[in-house]
Amino acid sequence: MSAILDALLLGAGYNAALVALGAGLLGVAAGASGSFLFLRKRALISDAVAHATLPGVGLAFIVMVALGGDGRNLLGLLLGSALSAGAGLLLIEWIARRTRLPEDAAIGAVLGTFFGLGIVLLTVIQSLSAGRQAGLEGFLLGSTAGMLRADALVIAVGGTLAVALTWLMRRPMTLVAFDADYAAALGYDIRRIDLAMMALVMAVTVIGLKVVGLILIVAMLIIPAVTARFWTDRSGRLIWIAGGLGGVSGYLGAALSSAAPNMPTGPIIVLVAAGMFTLSLFLAPVRGVAAALLRRRRFQARVHRRQGLLALAHGEPIREPYTLRLLTRQGLIRPDGVATEAGRAQAARVLRDEHRWAKAREVHQDAGLSGRYDGLTPIEEVFTPDEIAEFDRRLGPPVIVGGAA
Amino acid sequence: MHRPDLAIAAHDGQALPTDTCPADSPLAVRGLTVSYGEKPAVFSVDATFPARAMSAIIGPNGAGKSTFLKAALGVVPRLSGEVRVFGTPIEKARDRIAYVPQRASVDWDFPATVLDVVQMGLYRRVGLLGRMSGRMRALALDCLGRVGMADFAHRQIGQLSGGQQQRVFLARALAQDADLYLLDEPFAGVDAATERAIIDVLKGLRDAGKSVVAVHHDLSTVRGYFDHAFLINVRRMAEGPVETAFTAETLHATYGGRLATTQIDEVMLSGGAA
Amino acid sequence: MGAEFVQFSLTPILIGMFAAIACALPGNFLILRRQALIGDAISHVVLPGIVVAFLLTGTVAAIPMMIGAAAAAIVAVILIEAVRRLGRIEPGAAMGVVFTTLFAAGVLLLEQSDTSAVHLDVEHALMGNLESLIWLRATGWESLLDPAALAALPPELGRMAVVCALIVALTAIFWRWLKIATFDEGFAQALGIPAAGLGFGLVVTAAIAAVAAFDAVGSIIVIAMFICPPAAARLMTNRLEVQVLWSVAFAALSAVLGYVLAGYGPLWFGAANAVSAAGMIATVSGVILGLACLYAPHRARIGAAREDA
Repeated sequence: MSAILDALLLGAGYNAALVALGAGLLGVAAGASGSFLFLRKRALISDAVAHATLPGVGLAFIVMVALGGDGRNLLGLLLGSALSAGAGLLLIEWIARRTRLPEDAAIGAVLGTFFGLGIVLLTVIQSLSAGRQAGLEGFLLGSTAGMLRADALVIAVGGTLAVALTWLMRRPMTLVAFDADYAAALGYDIRRIDLAMMALVMAVTVIGLKVVGLILIVAMLIIPAVTARFWTDRSGRLIWIAGGLGGVSGYLGAALSSAAPNMPTGPIIVLVAAGMFTLSLFLAPVRGVAAALLRRRRFQARVHRRQGLLALAHGEPIREPYTLRLLTRQGLIRPDGVATEAGRAQAARVLRDEHRWAKAREVHQDAGLSGRYDGLTPIEEVFTPDEIAEFDRRLGPPVIVGGAA
Repeated sequence: MHRPDLAIAAHDGQALPTDTCPADSPLAVRGLTVSYGEKPAVFSVDATFPARAMSAIIGPNGAGKSTFLKAALGVVPRLSGEVRVFGTPIEKARDRIAYVPQRASVDWDFPATVLDVVQMGLYRRVGLLGRMSGRMRALALDCLGRVGMADFAHRQIGQLSGGQQQRVFLARALAQDADLYLLDEPFAGVDAATERAIIDVLKGLRDAGKSVVAVHHDLSTVRGYFDHAFLINVRRMAEGPVETAFTAETLHATYGGRLATTQIDEVMLSGGAA
Repeated sequence: MGAEFVQFSLTPILIGMFAAIACALPGNFLILRRQALIGDAISHVVLPGIVVAFLLTGTVAAIPMMIGAAAAAIVAVILIEAVRRLGRIEPGAAMGVVFTTLFAAGVLLLEQSDTSAVHLDVEHALMGNLESLIWLRATGWESLLDPAALAALPPELGRMAVVCALIVALTAIFWRWLKIATFDEGFAQALGIPAAGLGFGLVVTAAIAAVAAFDAVGSIIVIAMFICPPAAARLMTNRLEVQVLWSVAFAALSAVLGYVLAGYGPLWFGAANAVSAAGMIATVSGVILGLACLYAPHRARIGAAREDA
């Protein structure tokens, strides 16, 4: 327990602290830039970017070895991965624009092909280094254990840079994410902003490779944004909430994994983020499942109650079993389907509402009004008491139909 | 004792719809409510469409016209209500219904030819595994001929104009050889020649004893095309023969301020000439 | 090409072909339904599936692993649908949330449990072991008639062949439903075709293909084969029937060419070791798609004709 506390308070060693800070910063940048992708409905493009880094890593290793270097230089590997991810992105754009294939097919095709090529290159490297481990497999799932000081520094500095970049691009990004057409009308170049945003996503992916690996970096881009969506309807806020959530999961995950054995960094970060997502999915006040279910049930009851009362008012039989159960439970009808005193009163009230609406629609013929005549909106929500009194006046005195007194 | 609530109830002078769906109607609904989210798209609607007639479903944009049709077909779930097709639940009457969805609802880049699409209408007769015999193929070609598209049988559907796409959809419905034809905006975005061709085919169906129900948005042609009108704006606004149900008052009631009085006058005047 | 080919190349090539075809067939419909990436999601959740199966059974036998993977795929599909509907989240993002979470859980479970002693690792799940599925007992083509030798065929061959045949049969049986519901879902429902159930069935079929294939060839092939051959086939023709045949041809070609290039290619360059066959098959399928994007007869979208006349 104290080990975990130590780690959380950055007391688990210099490297671990650097990695935790770096992962936290990376999480902020990933959450913010990922929410941009999410708002543009292109979340899974990040999956293609991530998988497309692999051949770059392999090629960079081969080139560095061919030039007589170490081959494992992190900066060099990241540069290579950025180049091949960029190539993958351009290919996706090209396929979606030049052929009849939809973007999701282009994403999947680039993802599968680049990843396959990357695996081929990894096996080439295995045979080149003849048994000596190149350690590139770490890029698949990430590994921070036994990380070199220089690598930890790269991550911390990279995370800081990514956050700075996100900050710089926050205005155009929010604008384009909120309403691309409007942004274009204001003179923003949508294509360039999209590209810049993709570059940011690519940067986040590349920096995250070593920490969480290429398969799970996607989670850092997507999950915080989707989680944030449950808490706000405003795109500007969404980006920063996502950034916050991403930062917390990055920092917590990295710290936890440094404190306990057999706790790989990437999965822990993702699971922390997934935990926050699950909580939000169910418990968020407006968009959460619990709230929505409750609303849906109430709405259904309102519809059936209103329809049942209308049927009573019109003297029609009610045949829907749910309506019957509901009205019986509310004491509006007897079990044999006949209206009680309260039921008749409520039915009359509903009918009066209907008549007032009919009169209202005669008197006020504006478009905004007809849309509110949906059978559920009480007239008191739309008109003032004196307007309603006027409708009643026009309706005239009550007339008893059917000859019964 | 005088109860104001109860007394007001007595204002209700409207003719009450019969409480059950009549068996001789090709399509009748009672208390149909459909909602997307928390606003009803269609609320507690009753409707009874007559047999051997052309009926129009009329209303402003977003008034629930298409939703009503789709809910009647069971394509979108209903919150409450009852639907009867020829007096039976829809599941038992599928063979008697042909459906023409909105043209824009499908991806016309789908890899299929015109004939492929029309043959989809033969599915209920051919079944999942039955052979598409020469007779069936000839039938499909014949349906294409009836909408003037016989020469396009082997064309890729993506190469068609909007009007031609609509004709193909109608040919597919003809291939279903049904008793009730349900069409969702069949005249939306089509050229004049296509509109003419479609209305001729539909009137031919009616004269052959079939029933036609179409979501329709062009008010100026209602009187020329249809026998029966059903006006909807979330609620049922009016229903009956075009002469009595499609009037300036019912249009005002249905469209509210969206339709200026002058427009309504135009519609009423143009009706006879169409 | 004699005894050595039969012994070392015939069975891996066949397994690769069956796997590729089994994935490409449902891939056609997934692409047309804009669900191409469901294959990606499915292939990622195979790992947690096999880890859980291993933890539950304690063995690395093929059947429990495959059941575990299939169960994980179905759970993932249901979760994606649940997140999409309950949270009102667009499908791509819902997939991204679900498959990465399950994958992370799988990796964590793997690290927590002591599986180092057995042959169960992430790379195996990713890359498969196509190269090792050889037919040692074979002595040449005549072994195809020798019951004793046939009995020693790698079991993956039989499994993959059965799954491939099953998927071919399902595609043929439900052809009309799939075609109608993919083109016009509303019309299909009006005809009484259970469109929602059909959609779920398609995804489950894709999951079965993915699970059977990953066992033999790893999940890279799975991702690539769901998408690349059908996508290339779409650009060759404007008829679904022809498209599906092209996709089968491209899938088979990728498998054969990919395996041969992986096995013999490095030798031509003077290297001693073969490279990953699964990776190479995926790469070849991507190259085929690239060529189709450049030269296929129906590569371009038809734009002008869609305007109203």
